[in-house]
Amino acid sequence: MSAKNILKVEELVFERNHSPLFHPLSFSVDSGQALHVEGANGAGKTTLFQLLTGLLQPSQGTILFCDRSVEECKYEYFSDLLYIGHQSAVNAMFSARENLQWMSPANTSSKQIISALASVGLQNYTHTACHKLSAGQQRRVALARLLTSKANLWYLDEPFAALDKQGVDFVESCMHQHIEKGGSIVFSSHQDLAKMPTYKLRINRCGEVD
Amino acid sequence: MNMTGGFRDHLWRDLLLAYRRRGDLVKPLMFFLMVSTLVPLAIAPEPERLAKLAPGMIWIMALLATLLSIESLFSDDFRDGSLEQMLISPDLLVMPVLGKMTAHWLVIGVPLTLISPLIGLWFSLPMVALLPMILSLAVGTALLSFIGAVGAALTLPLRQGGVLLTLLVMPLYMPVLIFGSATIQSAVDGLIWFNPLLVLVALLAIAVALCPLATAAALRLAKNA
Repeated sequence: MSAKNILKVEELVFERNHSPLFHPLSFSVDSGQALHVEGANGAGKTTLFQLLTGLLQPSQGTILFCDRSVEECKYEYFSDLLYIGHQSAVNAMFSARENLQWMSPANTSSKQIISALASVGLQNYTHTACHKLSAGQQRRVALARLLTSKANLWYLDEPFAALDKQGVDFVESCMHQHIEKGGSIVFSSHQDLAKMPTYKLRINRCGEVD
Repeated sequence: MNMTGGFRDHLWRDLLLAYRRRGDLVKPLMFFLMVSTLVPLAIAPEPERLAKLAPGMIWIMALLATLLSIESLFSDDFRDGSLEQMLISPDLLVMPVLGKMTAHWLVIGVPLTLISPLIGLWFSLPMVALLPMILSLAVGTALLSFIGAVGAALTLPLRQGGVLLTLLVMPLYMPVLIFGSATIQSAVDGLIWFNPLLVLVALLAIAVALCPLATAAALRLAKNA
C-alpha cells in the first residue's frame, strides 16, 4: 500500500433539514484505484459528489487530499480534479468543439479537441450547435473531457447515463486507462463494470440497512 | 494563478453567447423604443411637456430594461451545470463574475446608451443635454448591471425569483436613478451637470470593487441552498 491516500474521507455526514441524509461515510482512494459508489435513487450519491467537490459543505467529517485537509490545499486539489456531474455543463448555443475547448485546460490545442471529439464519435458534429444534438451526444461532448483533462482525480457522477453501448465502452476504456496510469476515480453507477476491478462503496439512506 | 484569463474568457464567452442569441438581445432595446414611442402618444405630443419628462423617463426606461435582462445572467449556467464547473475551478471566482457583469453591460447598457440620443430627440430634449445624457447612461447602466448581478446571484436558486429580485435590487437602484436623471436635468436647467455625474462615477468605482465579491459569495451560497 502506498504511503499517501490521494483521497481520504472520514466520518462524513451531511444533514438536510436537521436529519442526516446517509450513515457516516469513511473511505479512501489510492492512486490506481477506482471507487464505485452504489446506492438507491435518492440515497445521496450526487450529494456525496457535491460534498467532495466542495459545492456543499459537510455537516461533520473531513475530506483529506494527499493527507492534507482540502481547505488547506484548495488550489492543488481543484487543479487536480475533474468533475463531470449530472448536468454536463454543455451550453446549448455553442458547438461541440467550442464546448469542449471551453471545458478543457487552457493550453489544449484545437487538434487535440478535434481528435477527442472523433474518439467519442462526434467527428461530423464538431461545428453543430449542441441544442441540435441528442441527449446522448451532448453527454459524449462532456465525456470527451476525459481525453483532454490532465487531472489525476476523477469524479464521475453517473457517467453512463444516456449513453449507448458503444459510449459505455468508450467511457469504461478511458477509466481503465486512467487507472493503469495511476490515476484515481470515484464514480457512481447502477451497473457493474466488466473490464476493470473496482472497490465498492454502498450508500444507504439513514435508517435503511442492507 | 490565472487572474485576468478568467475575466477575459468569460467576457468573450458571454459576448459570443449574446451574439448567438441576437433575438433576446433586441428585447430590452425594443422595450426602450416602444415605451418612448408610447409616452408621447399617451401624454401629449407637446415638445415643452415632453422635454420636462424626458430626463426622468429615459432613466426609468434604462433601469427597467436592465432589470428585465439581469435575471438571466447566471440562470443558464446554473441550469446546465457550467456554474458548478466555475465554482470548482482552482482560480478565483471573482474574475469570471466580473467578466460576466462587464459583458452584460456591453450587451445591454452600451446599446441603450448608443440609441439614447434618438430617444432624446424624440422627447425634444435640448441639445445641451445630449452629452450629459450619454455620459450618465454609459456610467449608470454599468452600475445597474453590477448591482443587478448581486441580486441575480442571490435569487438564483429560487424558482420564481423575479419578484424578489426586483424588491431586492430596486432600493439599490434608487441612487442611480436619482443621480442619473439629475445629471440630465441639471444640463437642461443650465446648471453644472458634472457633479451628479461624478457621484455616479464614484458609485461605479465602489460597485466594481464590491459587487463581484458579493456576487461570487452569493453564487457559492446558491449551490448550498
